[in-house]
Amino acid sequence: MWNYTEKVIEHFRNPRNVGEIKNPDAIGEVGNIICGDALRLTLRIDKKTDKIIDAKFQTFGCASAIAASSALTEMVKGMTIEKASSVTNRDIANYLGGLPNEKMHCSVMGMEALEKAIDNYRGAPTKKEMIGKEEILCKCFSVTDKKIIRAIKENNLKTVEEVTNYTKAGGGCGKCKPEIEKLLKEFWSKEATKIRRPKKDLAGKKSTNLERISLIQDTIEREIRPKLKADGGDIELVDIDRNKVYVKFLGTCLGCPSTGVTLKSLVESKLKEFVEGDIVVEEVKE
Amino acid sequence: MRVVYVDNNATTMVPPEVFEAMKPFLQDQYGNPSSMHAFGGKIHKNIDSARESVADLLGVSDPREIIFTSCGTESDNTAIMSTLRSYPDKKHIITTKVEHPAVLNLCKYLETTGYRVTYLNVDNEGMMDLSELKSSIDEDTALISIMYANNETGVIFPVEEIAEIARTRKVVVHIDAVQAVGKIPFKLTKLPVDLLSLSGHKLHAPKGVGALYVRKGTRFTPFLIGGHQEHSRRGGTENIASIVGLGAACRLAGKSIEEEKVRIKNLRDKLENTLLQDVPRARLNGNKENRLPNTSNIGFEFIEGEAILLMLDEKGIAASSGSACTSGSLSPSHVLRAMGIPFTFVQGSIRFSLSRYNNESDINYIIKHLPPVIERLRGISPYRAS
Repeated sequence: MWNYTEKVIEHFRNPRNVGEIKNPDAIGEVGNIICGDALRLTLRIDKKTDKIIDAKFQTFGCASAIAASSALTEMVKGMTIEKASSVTNRDIANYLGGLPNEKMHCSVMGMEALEKAIDNYRGAPTKKEMIGKEEILCKCFSVTDKKIIRAIKENNLKTVEEVTNYTKAGGGCGKCKPEIEKLLKEFWSKEATKIRRPKKDLAGKKSTNLERISLIQDTIEREIRPKLKADGGDIELVDIDRNKVYVKFLGTCLGCPSTGVTLKSLVESKLKEFVEGDIVVEEVKE
Repeated sequence: MRVVYVDNNATTMVPPEVFEAMKPFLQDQYGNPSSMHAFGGKIHKNIDSARESVADLLGVSDPREIIFTSCGTESDNTAIMSTLRSYPDKKHIITTKVEHPAVLNLCKYLETTGYRVTYLNVDNEGMMDLSELKSSIDEDTALISIMYANNETGVIFPVEEIAEIARTRKVVVHIDAVQAVGKIPFKLTKLPVDLLSLSGHKLHAPKGVGALYVRKGTRFTPFLIGGHQEHSRRGGTENIASIVGLGAACRLAGKSIEEEKVRIKNLRDKLENTLLQDVPRARLNGNKENRLPNTSNIGFEFIEGEAILLMLDEKGIAASSGSACTSGSLSPSHVLRAMGIPFTFVQGSIRFSLSRYNNESDINYIIKHLPPVIERLRGISPYRAS
C-alpha cells in the first residue's frame, strides 16, 4: 500500500475539474494506456490577458495520477500563460504535500500535459517534430534522453532508480538502465566542472549578478537539498536581494524545531563557502 | 466499517480453532523439542501429529515425507536447489512463464550462474501446451518445476499429465501447490510427483510456516544446513506454534473441502456472472472451467487497478489487482501479459479470491458497490469505447 498524503487521497476521492472543455483554447495530451497512465488537459484562455480561466482534465491512471491532474487544474486556473509555463513537477507534488518517490512520474505527467497545452496554444512545434531531434532511450515507456536529462536536472536526480521513479524509464525490461547510468554520469561530471568553484576562486572580483544567482541555485541543488532530502525534507529558493537569500522549508522540515539551526549551520554556511562570505539566509514562512 | 475480505490468494485469516491449538506453545509450553528433558522433549509429539495432519490432507501414506519449512518460498527454493545439487551434471530447468516469483526469480538468478531455463508459454486462457513440455525435455534437464494452480487467475495446470511425462522421461518434477492445497482435494498417492510445496498462511494457518513433500527415494540435499531437525533435512529449531497451527488448519480444511469447494464455487460464479453481466466492457481473465473454485480475475477496460482498489477499500472491500501501479514495479502482471491479455484490460484487472469464511451477503455487498466505482472512474478516464 502506498503512503499517500491526506491531500492526495482527498483529491483522488473528490477530483476537481473532471471532464473536457468544449472547443478549448488549448489541449495537452500525454501518456497512453500501455504505459499505465494518460492525461488529457483542456484549457479555456482569455486571449486578451493570456489568463487561464478554466481547466479540465481526464485521466487514466492510479490514485496519484488522478490527484496530480486534479491539483494541476486547481493550480493553473487564474494563472497567465507566462506564469503557468514555469510550473514544474515539484510544484504539483508540493501542492499535494508530496508524493511517494515511486509516484513522482505522476507529477511529471501533469507538467508535461501543461507544457503541451501551452505549446498548443502558442502554436509551437508539435511532438512529432520534436521527437526527430531526440532519441528514445527507454523503449518500454517511450522515454527520450532529453526527458531524462531534464528530469535529472530539475529534480537533482542521482540514481537510476530515481530516474525510473520520475520518468518511468528503465521500469519495464530494464535494458536501458546502463544507458541511464551513462546519462547520469555525463550530466553530473559536466555539472561538477561547471560549478565546483568555491569562493576562493572568485577572490578579488565580484561576480556579476547573474553569475551569483546561478551559483546560489547550484549550491542549493548540489550541497544543501540532497542533505535535507535524506531526512525527507527539502528547501526552495524564494528570492535573492543583494546579500540576503530567502528560502522556504518543505516536507518534514516544516514544523521541525531545528530549522533555525539548519538554516545557519547548513544553508548559510554552504552559501558562504561556495558563493560569498557575507551572505545572510532568511526563512520565508507561509 | 464492514470489511469484506476477498483477497484469500494473498493470505487468509487464522480461525479461532487454529489459534487455540497454537496458544499453549506461545505461552507455557515453550520448550525445545530437541532437549533431553521432558519439558522440551514431550513437545515432539505435537510436531509429529501436525505432520500426520499435513500428510492426511495431501494423501501421503508416510508422514516422514513431509518437511516443515518457514514459508512457501523456502519450500520452492529447497525443492529446486536440492534437486540441482543432487544432479550437479544437469544444467537445464523447465518451468512456465506464469510461476510465482519464488520460482521465477530463482530461475532467473540461476540463469546468471550457468543454468539454462525453458519458460513454457501459456495460451490466452492461461493454459499450457503439454507437447511444448515434452519437446523441451532433453538429456540435460535436471528438473521440471510447475505450479498446480495460478495465484492470479486460479487456472489449474494438468499436473497428473505433467507428473506422468516427467516419470516417463525420468526427470524430477516439483509442483508448487501453494494455491491448490486446502482449496481443491487431491491425493499424492495418485499423483506421482517427487516434490510438492505448500504454504501455511494460504490455508488459514499463520504466516511463517510451510511444508515440502519429498517422495521417498527422491534425492535430497538440505537447503538450510544446520542441526538434525526434520530428520536432518532442514536445520533450525522448529517453529512449534505455527507447525501446530498448520496441522490444525489442514485438519479443518480436510473436514469440509468437498462441500466448500462447491459452496465457494457457487458464490464465486454468482459474483463473476453478475459483474460480467452488469458492467459493460468487462472480461474474465483465465479459463472458465479449469480453475480454482475460489478465484475470479476480471478486467475492466479503460481504468486502472490501483484506483479501483482504493475506491473499493473505502467501502471496506479488500481485493487485489495485476495493474502496473499495484505490482510494486512499473510493469503490469507477468501472468496476464504472458497470456496476451490486451493492455486495456490488464491495467484494470481485479482479482477476487474467496475463502470458506465468505458468505452470500459478502457477494451481494460487492455486487452492489463495485459497478458504481467502475462507472465513476470511467467518467474520469479519457478513454472510451469507440
